[in-house]
Amino acid sequence: MDSTVASTGTEGKTWGGGNRPLGASYGKMMMWFFIVSDALTFSGFLAAYGFSRFKFIKEWPIADEVFTHVPFLHGQELPMIYVAFMTFILIMSSVTMVLAVDAGHHMNKAKVTLYMFLTIIGGAIFVGSQAWEWATFIQGDYGAVQTKGGNILQFGEYVTEDGEEVFKRVAVSDFVVAIPDARVAHERKNGLWFAEEGTLPNYTINEVYQGLEANSNLLVRSQIINEEGEKTVLTRAESLKQIKENGKLVVEGANLQVNEYGTSLFADFFFFITGFHGFHVLSGVIINIIIFFNVILGTYERRGSYEMVEKVGLYWHFVDLVWVFVFTFFYLV
Amino acid sequence: MAHAHKLEIFRGLVKFKSNTQKIWGVLIFLSIVTAIEVVLGIYKPEVLMTSVLGMKGLNWIFIILTIVKAYYITWDFMHMRDEKASLRRMVVWTAVFLICYLIFILLQEGGYVFDVYNAEDALIKRDF
Repeated sequence: MDSTVASTGTEGKTWGGGNRPLGASYGKMMMWFFIVSDALTFSGFLAAYGFSRFKFIKEWPIADEVFTHVPFLHGQELPMIYVAFMTFILIMSSVTMVLAVDAGHHMNKAKVTLYMFLTIIGGAIFVGSQAWEWATFIQGDYGAVQTKGGNILQFGEYVTEDGEEVFKRVAVSDFVVAIPDARVAHERKNGLWFAEEGTLPNYTINEVYQGLEANSNLLVRSQIINEEGEKTVLTRAESLKQIKENGKLVVEGANLQVNEYGTSLFADFFFFITGFHGFHVLSGVIINIIIFFNVILGTYERRGSYEMVEKVGLYWHFVDLVWVFVFTFFYLV
Repeated sequence: MAHAHKLEIFRGLVKFKSNTQKIWGVLIFLSIVTAIEVVLGIYKPEVLMTSVLGMKGLNWIFIILTIVKAYYITWDFMHMRDEKASLRRMVVWTAVFLICYLIFILLQEGGYVFDVYNAEDALIKRDF
């Protein structure tokens, strides 16, 4: 045997292997390395968001006006409440996760099972909430007109509320005048067979213009943020002129091309960053489920250590940590 | 590090009896911080809207509170408090240094593009 095993003379020394230089096991340290690199990925995305925002600092959508919905409370403007709820759910599931890790240290299989289960439920509620948030965002609420230059013009009127004059948004669908000669969508069977066209918007610019002309109280609001931190409202004459001369497309809701809330980059970043985070939560839930079943089957009991729960816990907390930043930069700042 | 938890937070101001208790304590603290953020975000006090170092005072408060939350999530939920200093520094300083660098470069450049778009003699018109 001696002749086949090379002796390097480093046995028992620092680099001889078998010791744990940072006091952490291999698996845990690798999880930390992964977390650092993933943190850098997310910072890259958020910094790119900051770049675009600084580029259009005078016209970026105001988050409080975009995310105002709460499920089952239709028609009420409650900015932030729902995201705050989502944040709380995720922090709560982080707590159950860390309790599972703690129970694992005490080799308490029943408690680990219970807390892992609660963590999975919390993650599922969060992913569901995010799906709802996306659906609401894609659906849109008031509609707007996109100009030739790609800017967004929204509609509203001044109303007196509690003795104060405030600008209230008005939905496009509430004031358009239906004009029967509207264009039909092009289809391959009744035109050029090699050309295709997506769905046409519900209304044409002309219909919006007629509606705007018929309602003398309506005004147009541009993207530009004024000194009071509010979007600039145009005069009546200017409103009519802008829609007539520059209006190009009626936009309802948001997708990767157009966005009724303002700069289309806002929607792009929203979908990309919350989507990437949501994907992390989803994969976290799936990994949690796998570990959950391993716990039930007694794999870790036999192994004599619940370190696997600890490792997946690190990942889960990291997802929570990222959300804390996404929450700040998308909804608060 | 399995059974040796450091049980004090706020530099020893608050000391918990067990790890489980510490977890709940940190949860309460994080919830309070989030609640403060939400309340400030909804009411937006006029005093905090003045510009401090190129950004609204309120936004600075949000960012600082976020970093505070991140600290307690990492230190207490991810047990960074119980790890060796070398591991802690390796993870934290690598991330902090690279992220600061990234943020500085991108925000600087974003501000520059804004200036190009909005200067007196800008060639790009965005008035329609």
